[in-house]
Amino acid sequence: MSNLDQNIQEAKAQLDAHTVEVVKWHFSPDTGSPFWLDWANKAGWNPAEEISCFDDIINKFPHFQDEWLRDMPNEIWRPKAYEGKPFSIFETGGTTGMPKQRIGWEDYKIDYSEFSETLNDNHFPRDHYWMMVGPTGPRRLRLSIEHLANVRGCSTYFVDLDPRWVKRLIAGKQFDQARAYMDHVIDQAVTILKNRKVSALFTTPKLLEALADRMDLIKAGIKGVFCGGTTMDKQYTRFLVEEVCENQIGFVPTYGNTLMGLARHRPFGPENDYSITYHAPQPRAVLRVVDPKKTENLVEYDSWGRVELTTLTKEFFMPRFLERDEAIRRSGWEKCPWDGVAEVRPFGAMEKKIVEGVY
Amino acid sequence: MAIPHIPCLRLGDPYVSLNKIDVADYRSGATKATVSQVNAGVVRRDLQRIDEARDALRKFTTAELVEIGAKAGEIFLNGEVQIGVDGEMQSPQQYIETLSSTSGLPHIMVKRNMVKIHYALTNMQLVLNGLTRGIDLPILDAGVGEQFGTQVCFYPTSKALGLVMPSNSPAVNSLWLPAIALKTPIVMKPGREEPWTPYRLIQAFIQAGCPKEAFSFYPTDYEGAADILNRCGRALIFGDKSTTDQYANNPAIQIHGPGWSKILIGEDEIENWRDHIDLIAGSIADNGGRSCVNASAVVVPKYGREIADALAQKLGPFKPTSAEDPEAKLSGFANPKMGEWIDGAIDSDLLEAGCEEMTAKYRDGERKVITDGGTYLRPTIVYCESFDHPLANREFLCPYASVVEAPQSEMLNQMGESLVVTAITKDKAFQAELLSSPLIERLNLGPISTMKISWDQPHEGNMFEFLYKRRSIGILAA
Repeated sequence: MSNLDQNIQEAKAQLDAHTVEVVKWHFSPDTGSPFWLDWANKAGWNPAEEISCFDDIINKFPHFQDEWLRDMPNEIWRPKAYEGKPFSIFETGGTTGMPKQRIGWEDYKIDYSEFSETLNDNHFPRDHYWMMVGPTGPRRLRLSIEHLANVRGCSTYFVDLDPRWVKRLIAGKQFDQARAYMDHVIDQAVTILKNRKVSALFTTPKLLEALADRMDLIKAGIKGVFCGGTTMDKQYTRFLVEEVCENQIGFVPTYGNTLMGLARHRPFGPENDYSITYHAPQPRAVLRVVDPKKTENLVEYDSWGRVELTTLTKEFFMPRFLERDEAIRRSGWEKCPWDGVAEVRPFGAMEKKIVEGVY
Repeated sequence: MAIPHIPCLRLGDPYVSLNKIDVADYRSGATKATVSQVNAGVVRRDLQRIDEARDALRKFTTAELVEIGAKAGEIFLNGEVQIGVDGEMQSPQQYIETLSSTSGLPHIMVKRNMVKIHYALTNMQLVLNGLTRGIDLPILDAGVGEQFGTQVCFYPTSKALGLVMPSNSPAVNSLWLPAIALKTPIVMKPGREEPWTPYRLIQAFIQAGCPKEAFSFYPTDYEGAADILNRCGRALIFGDKSTTDQYANNPAIQIHGPGWSKILIGEDEIENWRDHIDLIAGSIADNGGRSCVNASAVVVPKYGREIADALAQKLGPFKPTSAEDPEAKLSGFANPKMGEWIDGAIDSDLLEAGCEEMTAKYRDGERKVITDGGTYLRPTIVYCESFDHPLANREFLCPYASVVEAPQSEMLNQMGESLVVTAITKDKAFQAELLSSPLIERLNLGPISTMKISWDQPHEGNMFEFLYKRRSIGILAA
């Protein structure tokens, strides 16, 4: 057995053990949340006793409905063990109507502290300044980025962009207004860069491109860019690396959201046509690439399928949530010996027009 | 020949994108080429250094560029040009065969389009003379000079000419050719099924000695197309009304949409209508009925039903033959869904009272036919009692025309805008009325096919006046 195979087996065993521990936590009256305890009562089986490995989750739980996060009161998700501790409320969606909300305490810090260890100090110098240009507001991302910077001894400037407004403008074909809003955001970012020393940037691909159109990022002192939020296909990634970052600024793509945490990418470049593969922060979260028509089944390696997320932390349990993304399933990697998701794009992107926005 | 890959050209430099699309045979679906697709950011980045392209052209005189254009015309018509990124060459015959197989145009129509383009390139001096109304070429080089007894001075309105091209007919590329002689680089998004003609033209220009920087060629998405249109300074867009409407009030963007070209017969000539049936039928159906200068309506004071029947008798029997047939009259649809949509739209509107399809009885079958895997629409002539009918003033990508009755005195009021009007009349008063109408871009007085283009008579906008403005100038005498 190769080292990688052995590591894959060990990671699977670790995931199974973690799964059992987290499920027991959420489905035990002493520690669990009202939502899941009530769910188990109605389901007529006890996950705390019947889940013995991760595969059991796939076999025994239905898909998590994210509407529950919109329709149910927040406190219903609080594990009993967290009683008395105020929680943070993080939102996703909400372009129209009520957003979905996830509560949390420390989860994001764990993911981002771990992620910090993967960053190169040359591109993300310690004890300096970061700037985030992108959706802040009620999103977990804003606190996460600040925490990541803080872990590295850095402080962060913020320029906000409201993606709900951008999506509404685009859906209403108000492209001029969307462009004007983006210019407004970029104006603020340029002002910060002209007046403050910043070495690391977190932003979205489109905003990065727009910022680079306005100023020379290398001359502005940017050494590393941490980038995510919208689709980056191979050509676009290559363009960002070669032309926007001029092969000099470290480019770190990321895939993450309020429900999962932060996935890390494995090395990419001309040698693999800039195909980005992300690996979830397993065992706290598990990404699977499944057959959209038979979601219990994984697709073959190097085939497209729908992304399914399971989150397994003591703060939040979310089994088998079908993301609105599709991706190519990739095999494990030495630093993340479990499946990865590659070339992520909106689910059905090849069949229909998706409003992703200019942000 | 191996399947070539057509790269994007970034100020003339080939760039192979990681995103590629197939251009396929319209009948078999076999891939004839792969084409690089670039993200809009590439276009925006390159436009930041577009001055380099203009500077490269400015090293030449207009006369030299006219000469280079003529050489390019010969190469385009008769020479071998590089087509693929790996050095694959393309002969004229390969161009004809490949373009035919992806666009649906029969070989004979591709050849006719080639000849038109060749004519434009080898007669650029004549074209420029028409566009500039006789300005001496050295004045264009200097930007200032004396002509017609007065000082004249011109300055460029843009750094480049943006082009969002269609796939329907190769000869539309002749519209941008004067830009090169006018020292304006082009930035083009080609039609999805028709990268062949612009790419062959560009390679012919480069082979003839034109600086490669003058040519940027970006198969790209909607966002990239919008950037080409909005960021070049001046641009042309081809497309249907729904595509072009958003640019309708932008003077920097010239719209080439439907032509709604027409043939009018005056009351003085209507008794001679039989003499003109061949001319009218050719105006409707030449080039497969795909051009904006194809007549899509015939307006007559009387005998409408008889004229429609005569046209139907002539055009109705047209049917698809092989692409190689020198007598081929119809083009296939690169996108079969387009053919299906047009067929359905005509059928749906025929249900409305006040019209009759005259071709049906001469056609021995359905309008839409599939032959050797290709989708075709056979000619359709519809008699309409008035312009109120929805089929009276329509244009489709196939041989289609309505024949509408209207009193001569009402024709101009009712017919709407037209790219070309051929007026068959000797009535001086009617001619005067037509001459003063703002609704007509090109007017043919007398029995001239709407398809006939005079290169010294710009229609659809004057490229020189689009790319240059006249400036008032004062120069102190030495």
